[in-house]
Amino acid sequence: MVASTIKILAEIEGGITTFKALIRHPMETGQREDEKTGKKIPAHFILEVTVEHNGRAVFKALWGTGISANPYLSFKFRGAAVGDSIKLSWVDNKGETDSLLARIVKAD
Amino acid sequence: MPRGSKPPWPEGAFIAHDVDTALQEILGASLNNLAPSNKIKLAIPKTAENGAIVPLTVYADLDGVVSISLLAAKNPHVLTSTYMIPKGTLPYVSTRIKMQKTAVVIAVVKANGKLYSASKRVKVAVGGCS
Repeated sequence: MVASTIKILAEIEGGITTFKALIRHPMETGQREDEKTGKKIPAHFILEVTVEHNGRAVFKALWGTGISANPYLSFKFRGAAVGDSIKLSWVDNKGETDSLLARIVKAD
Repeated sequence: MPRGSKPPWPEGAFIAHDVDTALQEILGASLNNLAPSNKIKLAIPKTAENGAIVPLTVYADLDGVVSISLLAAKNPHVLTSTYMIPKGTLPYVSTRIKMQKTAVVIAVVKANGKLYSASKRVKVAVGGCS
């Protein structure tokens, strides 16, 4: 089984869920040169991230080459409850994808 | 759009080399359509030691926010990202961007059919766009 590229922490307090994710991805811009060959390393970056709660998109990000490698993303939303599922999916310019389902926990 | 189909990734917006083109492509607007607003809090370091990782947080204390877009004026691709904020989601986003060189970072917020902006100049010690 291949490990997920995604780590999620979703905590709820006072009705607001704070969602944080870290995604393992090179986010290559396509401008970096391979030191040995001098050739440009092809662009390889996430185009779109979607986060769903109860089957409904609660956040969507469209990304370009200007997002840092191993991207971090955080947003906040209302309407969830402790124990609810939340899912992050991403797709990159090569058509590669990953997704992860996590549970919303109570904030400390 | 037909049901079930997704809008394609806006390539024109993401390859734009200047702020005006990026804004035109992603929001159909130009710089002078944006109303600077002190209700948009853009938290970003004054100096980024490493341009490859510049953390930033935007919070727009405005009603009816539907999107937030983040531009770095001197990046080869000026538009770094754009975020859709559905009803129930707060007008808040935190992420890390790359910056090529010292430049203004602009947060553009679409709310109630209008466009608002906040910007901050970030000094970049070592560029990080490659």
